[in-house]
Amino acid sequence: MKRAFDTALLVIAGLVAWELMHLAAPFALTSPADTAVKAWSMLTSTAFWPHAAETGKAFLYALLLAIGGGLAIGLGLGLNRTSAEVAEPILISVYSLPKVTLYPLILLIFGLGVPAKIAFGTLHGVIPIAIFAMNAVRNLAPVHFKTARVLRLSRSQTLLTVVIPGALPEIVSGLRIGFSLTLLGVLIGEMFASQRGLGFLIMNAIGLHDVPTIMATIVLLGIVAVSASAFMLWLDHRLHHRAA
Amino acid sequence: MSRVGFLRLLVVGGFVLAIELLCRTGAVSPRVLIAPSDMAVRLVRLLASGKATADIVETLGNVAIALVLSVSGGFAIGAAIHAVPRLRRAIDPFLASYYALPFFAFYPLFIVLFGLGRGAIVAIGFLFGVVAMIIATLNGFDRIPRVLVRTAAVYHMGPFAAALRIKLPSAIPYLFTGIKLAIAYCFIGVIAAEFIMASSGLGYSISYAFNNFDNGTMYALMLFVIVLVTIVNALFYSYERRLLRRWGR
Repeated sequence: MKRAFDTALLVIAGLVAWELMHLAAPFALTSPADTAVKAWSMLTSTAFWPHAAETGKAFLYALLLAIGGGLAIGLGLGLNRTSAEVAEPILISVYSLPKVTLYPLILLIFGLGVPAKIAFGTLHGVIPIAIFAMNAVRNLAPVHFKTARVLRLSRSQTLLTVVIPGALPEIVSGLRIGFSLTLLGVLIGEMFASQRGLGFLIMNAIGLHDVPTIMATIVLLGIVAVSASAFMLWLDHRLHHRAA
Repeated sequence: MSRVGFLRLLVVGGFVLAIELLCRTGAVSPRVLIAPSDMAVRLVRLLASGKATADIVETLGNVAIALVLSVSGGFAIGAAIHAVPRLRRAIDPFLASYYALPFFAFYPLFIVLFGLGRGAIVAIGFLFGVVAMIIATLNGFDRIPRVLVRTAAVYHMGPFAAALRIKLPSAIPYLFTGIKLAIAYCFIGVIAAEFIMASSGLGYSISYAFNNFDNGTMYALMLFVIVLVTIVNALFYSYERRLLRRWGR
């Protein structure tokens, strides 16, 4: 309860700081109240939802691909010690590349449109999920594998009943980062080259210097991202707690 | 070279060779991707011609400023947050979901605050890097042995002296993780900001070449960024390992 109170205090402090910044530079920043009004009018307008649906669709597919691909890569590489050692520095250097530089390549392969956004979002999300899953499998206690062997479990049984449950807490941590980065990837893709979606909406508003729309879009995205992330953080804590 | 290192070289080399073959045999059109050897040749020519030098210097300068600001700022903010447990508990979920926000959208705001030019780009790089450093600082401070904290109390150290002389060295391995992430994120933030909205710098040059169907220049610059970031990471990684080994961790 005290914690919820502190969080509320922090949100209020943030709103006050925002309002003060608005008073200091009224043209650069809309006030919190005006942004809320604008966000509400966007939510109730018909022009907003096709963009939100476009981004949501691209994000959903990208996230599914990133989770599937990341888990397959991470679990596959993690089960073998040599392959994990070979792959880790490679995965980490790919993770730290500014992937925006690769966006032209993706546009040239997929053309403009939803597939390019999905590919770009997947590219952002897949690596952290793979890294976390791989390290989780590597750090599983050897006694678990020995038990699986003693019980003569098949490979798929070992994977489903030993590896995945054992690695689950770390996998969820990876999913949380993968979720954020996939969203970032989809939005950057839309901001650079797109005619639809929330990223386009922001870019368009930047071009028109329509500050209320920029702020309202960011706030709406922020609310969605922060609540999804808070949910996964809660899940993360619970799973880590259970494991300990 | 160790067996693992050899295998790693084999994987990367095989990947590059596969792309080379796909491009040379015409399976992938040069309008989509040019052969890696061709990229390297064009990159050498581009660097020799000096056309890209100004953009490279500008981008590296932006990354360097953003990095210094985010590492020092992130450590200071992290230390301050850690000193107030209530604040820390309340702020945790926000830090954890920070990277889901599209900061690029704040670019117009930064232009008003810092003017056109590098200020706004550096600000975006800083915003990207600083939170990784804050999170790493908090993690590191969480794992400081209590006996060290008590020692600081015994010697009547003030909060600043304790942070610099006890907590900083003790949390070093975690801080290195933070610095590594900050390097990656500063590069990502600066180049992405240049890519989307600047009018100079490496990111801008790549997007300019893309818009002009100049695949040669575009892939040469992409190769440059990839090689540069990989080298910076590798150098820092080996420096970190040497330092940690010397300290016997």
